[in-house]
Amino acid sequence: MFNPQMLQLLLKGVWETLYMTLISTVLAYALGLPIGVLLVVTAEDGIKPLAPLNRVLGVVVNVFRSVPFLILMVCVLGVTRFIVGTTIGSTATIVPLVIAAAPFIGRMIESSLREVDHGVIEAAQSMGASNWQLITRVLLPESLPSLITGAAIATTTVLSYSALAGALGGGGLGAIAINYGYYRYQPDVMWVAVVLLVLIVQIFQEGGDRLTAACDKRS
Amino acid sequence: MEPACSGTPIITIRGLNKTFGAGDTAVTALQGIDLTIFEGEVFGIIGLSGAGKSTLVRCMNHLEKPTEGSVTIAGKALEALPGKELLLARRGMGMIFQQFNLLMQRTALQNICFPLEISGVSRAEAKKRARELLQIVDLADKEKAYPAQLSGGQKQRVAIARALAANPKVLLCDEATSALDPTTTRAILDLLREINQRLGITIVVITHEMSVIEEICSRVAIIDNSRIAEIGSVRDIFLKPRTDIAKKLLYASGRLGESLMGQRCLRIVFDGTKTTSPVISNMVLECGAPVNILFADTKTIDGKMVGYTLVQLPDSDQIIEKMKKYLTLHEITYQEEAYHV
Repeated sequence: MFNPQMLQLLLKGVWETLYMTLISTVLAYALGLPIGVLLVVTAEDGIKPLAPLNRVLGVVVNVFRSVPFLILMVCVLGVTRFIVGTTIGSTATIVPLVIAAAPFIGRMIESSLREVDHGVIEAAQSMGASNWQLITRVLLPESLPSLITGAAIATTTVLSYSALAGALGGGGLGAIAINYGYYRYQPDVMWVAVVLLVLIVQIFQEGGDRLTAACDKRS
Repeated sequence: MEPACSGTPIITIRGLNKTFGAGDTAVTALQGIDLTIFEGEVFGIIGLSGAGKSTLVRCMNHLEKPTEGSVTIAGKALEALPGKELLLARRGMGMIFQQFNLLMQRTALQNICFPLEISGVSRAEAKKRARELLQIVDLADKEKAYPAQLSGGQKQRVAIARALAANPKVLLCDEATSALDPTTTRAILDLLREINQRLGITIVVITHEMSVIEEICSRVAIIDNSRIAEIGSVRDIFLKPRTDIAKKLLYASGRLGESLMGQRCLRIVFDGTKTTSPVISNMVLECGAPVNILFADTKTIDGKMVGYTLVQLPDSDQIIEKMKKYLTLHEITYQEEAYHV
């Protein structure tokens, strides 16, 4: 099975998987970060309580999170076609990945920011910090280790979504595993794709853990 | 009503009420607070847990907005200030906390730089000032340490340095020594006293421990049940506590048992002028009846030694009268008290 053609296919799969995962995670993080910050800041015990906004945001996040990824992918086909021009391939998959991951990442960021001790926020307020300064200089930097852990988890989740997308015309290792393992009865190729997926997840997770440990000064 | 006092007022609180929640679930935290704190003094606010003292100190920098009443700091009424100016006003007041509340992801030096950074001081300038402050709090060798690597006392020193960074006129201390052991507490209180004397910063100390008040405060307000129960010089309150809560706080360390309920006791005060003769022994000999010494303590307040002894009297009105007469004759200050501590 390991002819040059197959190797090239697998390499392309790895590349596509990384491309989809990383671009999607970065974009989803860019969307999820303000969502998470708003969820914390506008909460009843937040630094700028705004109940209506908080509730609406919470409901929207929950709606998106409760739709299974494959179904969400189908639901947003129109959006995907509008943005990318096609619904097939790695680039097209980025759209549903971002839409699925952003609310998830928003919740993770929310829970990370909540770890910041209220007393520390109060201390910063007593020094005359504005709400913007509280967010950028207290909430985010103080929860950095937790945010990095969350980012690693988000990346691996997006990676597994991207593999799922292979079933609906997405590219990458997931598509290879499904096409060869399910449609062509070539389980050996599928296994190689799976092992590669596992390795990539391991690398992301390990990298995230190390980064977290390096910047965690809390203990 | 609070007694008149001299000096320039720096914190003036008038008719302050604070209620949390609304309707049936509303909880009154503070009621009818009138308080004037003068420039350069170390003012104590003492009370039991839940009395409202922490809320009161948070009203002083509007971390809690009073429901009613006014808080004036250095001539500025906080409730009249628009948001941005309130932030500026807060920068003129430092605050330290029981749990230190340091930024865990910043070193000691970076923590001290924090208030300077947020008020727009350049990084280099902030570092220079932070190093000076580390000198003042005696932690010059710890500038690169993270809070997790410091002891409780060291963390509070960093917090004090941070609170002083922006050159505040007032330092608010919310149970600043309550998480520290007695030796460290004393060291921190010494540091606060030094800051008060050297830098002339007005200090407001919130505590539930009378010993902290005795150690550094010149005046004290006793908060009980959301109100100011008693206010005056520490010496006066120590020598002549009028309210039950004041007595309760004074004798807290004496652990008077419930069994003393309703018994007649005498508080004999020694104010440093008549302590050469053995007063109690002589009184016992003269009256021919023993007394039971329940509690005795001496303190140095404002540099003068004062002490008192709490004695349980015999169960005879006649002897009690005789003892009182003896004390009056010898010009010893005393107060009869029925205990419900």
